[in-house]
Amino acid sequence: MSNNQSSQKRHMGQKAVNRISNTFIYILLVIISVVWLIPFVFILLQSFRVESTYQVGYVLPQQWGFDNYLRLWESNFKTWYLNTFIIAVVASLLQTVIVLCMSYTLSRFRFKMRKALMRFMLILGMFPGMLTMIILYRVLSDLGLTQANAVPGLILVYIASSGMGYYVSKGFFDTIPKSLDEAARVDGATRFQVLRKIILPLAKPIVIYTILTAFMAPWGDYVFAQYVSFGTSSGMNVAVGMYGWLTQDQINNWYTTFCAGGVIVALPVTILFLCLQKYYVEGVTGGAVKG
Amino acid sequence: MKRYSDLEYLRLSKGKKFLYKLASFFLGIPGAIGRFFLRIGRAIKNAVFAVGREFKDIGTTFVKGNIHTKISYVIMGWGSVFKGQWLRGLMFFLFEAVFIFYMIFTGSYWLSKLPTLGELGPTETYDPIYDQYVTTYNDNSFKILLYGVLTIFFIIAFIYTWRVNIRQNKIADEIIRSGKKLKSSKDDLRSLVDNQFHKTLLALPMTGILVFTVMPIVFMILVAFTNYDGTHNGYSNNLFTWMGLDNFNTMLSWDSGSGGAVQSYAATFGEILTWTLIWAFFATFTNYFLGMFVAMMINKKGIRLKKAWRTILVMTIAIPQFISLLYVSKMFAKNGLINEMLRGLGWISQALPFWEDPVWARVTVIIINIWIGIPYLMLITTGILMNIPQDLYESSRIDGANAWQQYRKITLPYVLFITGPYLLTSFTGNMNNFNVIYLLTGGGPTNSAASSASGSVGYTDLLITWLFKITMGEEAQYYLASVVGILVFVVVAFISLVVYNLLPSIKNEEDFQ
Repeated sequence: MSNNQSSQKRHMGQKAVNRISNTFIYILLVIISVVWLIPFVFILLQSFRVESTYQVGYVLPQQWGFDNYLRLWESNFKTWYLNTFIIAVVASLLQTVIVLCMSYTLSRFRFKMRKALMRFMLILGMFPGMLTMIILYRVLSDLGLTQANAVPGLILVYIASSGMGYYVSKGFFDTIPKSLDEAARVDGATRFQVLRKIILPLAKPIVIYTILTAFMAPWGDYVFAQYVSFGTSSGMNVAVGMYGWLTQDQINNWYTTFCAGGVIVALPVTILFLCLQKYYVEGVTGGAVKG
Repeated sequence: MKRYSDLEYLRLSKGKKFLYKLASFFLGIPGAIGRFFLRIGRAIKNAVFAVGREFKDIGTTFVKGNIHTKISYVIMGWGSVFKGQWLRGLMFFLFEAVFIFYMIFTGSYWLSKLPTLGELGPTETYDPIYDQYVTTYNDNSFKILLYGVLTIFFIIAFIYTWRVNIRQNKIADEIIRSGKKLKSSKDDLRSLVDNQFHKTLLALPMTGILVFTVMPIVFMILVAFTNYDGTHNGYSNNLFTWMGLDNFNTMLSWDSGSGGAVQSYAATFGEILTWTLIWAFFATFTNYFLGMFVAMMINKKGIRLKKAWRTILVMTIAIPQFISLLYVSKMFAKNGLINEMLRGLGWISQALPFWEDPVWARVTVIIINIWIGIPYLMLITTGILMNIPQDLYESSRIDGANAWQQYRKITLPYVLFITGPYLLTSFTGNMNNFNVIYLLTGGGPTNSAASSASGSVGYTDLLITWLFKITMGEEAQYYLASVVGILVFVVVAFISLVVYNLLPSIKNEEDFQ
């Protein structure tokens, strides 16, 4: 009897501890959420500020309005936005095709040079990518694909080397059982038919993941885009264009406009991302676990 | 040093185990280096034998082969066409024709210029008709180097194809001799979507990688041995030429003032490398452990709204980094939101030097990077945490383990075991994390001792942002940027090698499964 009571007491004690630790965790999680969201809330609020265009010591606008968005519309922002959108759409589609070709092959086929090829690409990846920019810039400028024509040039560069980023989707293909392929091959299907009729339908998550990451990357690319557009406004993407608004001598005129631009850039990408979140999470976790 | 057997090792205390492992790692280095050279020696020996075999094979094929095979040695594809494989033969022949035309009309020109990278720069001649000086551009060092490299690639490809052509003949001869039928051109085409499907699939990606990654890297490695910079652009002002190892000597010399700065290049390089490694270490491990911590909090039994917490964090991944980083960078600026707010509250009288003081800037960068990195790590570790068998926790609880012990003995080893390779790539990725540093601080605050007229160097500059700045300066010393790039490669490759060799030992120790 007494034994039973003490165990009950211990049980109750543990419950109390649990409740305290849970409360503590809730508090922490709320703090974390606030810290993580605050910059974005601030950007949103400041994009509606009318009374001044420079940095101030408060967040809530005294006068609300859409002035900054109107100003955005009158600036070169439209061009930059369109440029980035075109790059993102074209690059994400082509890049997906290339990445899938690469990763599917490395996952499914056993050919003589396979191991050597993978090791070679691992070593290539150890060179800082920035090193190649100088020559790529010169080559692109010889082809006439810089400055005002930066968009096709950037697309070309983004997709050309995308085969190197095969790791995540290869990890995914590795998890699709090989017996499926073999069964189809026994039934007389060619390798191409196996890919089209069996693997592709199963690979939907990884296809979406690849498209999504490839679509998001150009929105944030600053270095190479800056190199290729080289000060020509009509060839810039949003990152390069808006970076110019926050330089020492521009910031007081353009700070709130930058916030408005940030909202316009982030909104569609974020909505798309949240809709496809499931696939992204699958890709990220799978990729890291399989290395 | 005393070597312990496995049993003795297990009896050691924790600290001794660690010391023992550390000591045996460093004591193992000479052996490892020795083995490395042995392996290289063996590889060279194998390569020599392989080349010998190739030549022998080429010879015997020539002697044994019929007349068509023999003609194939000069006219590629001849044998294939006469043995009925006209598609293959045609491809071989076309390749040879293109190669010969290319070599005659342009290739030989680039090759002959390659040793000097051009001798005659732009010249000005007086044009009496228009009464002005006219500039004629002659040699172009950049193009000579670029096309010279391409030509060498092409020659290698040609030799390889020629060898394949001969092997094809040999195989065909053998098949004919054994009385079987050769593959027709139709079979060849079909195999491209079947048995040889991997070649079709890889053709496009590999071409892209060759042209846009391999070729530029080879080119830039070669640039490190030239004097290519803004004032020697090889075309409109001065030509550039081979400099041997001079640039490496400059970069690694301790002579002060070698680049116009107060301190030597070697000192600057050392400083930046040290900060790069410190940054990579903190950026990787703060994110790793805090991300794991957040994931564990959200994953804990009894916590509600798991999905909502996760979504909030994940949402921050979606927003392009340049917006969030630039905005946060301005928030912490001298007259930025944070300083203004604190001043408004009367907590400080002078602005906090987030970006002005070297130590403040470095710490702030690391802290903001936590803000960037935690969501990713949270996602990754969430997936792993869900996979840990729950009975491990239950049985440990019955044995009386508390939460910390469970974390130390179950969670951490499990997660470490799985994410070992990820940690390595994330470390090297952080070493080259251009975006975070460049968008937050631009490398600043300026390190005046290291900066020179040709480029400023800051206290938060990583090697990669330094490389970028070198190429952007007035003088754009591309050759120095290449040297830095090569050194970055050496450092990354070294770390990867060492860690990969250590990883199995980590795995062996985690015998929790």
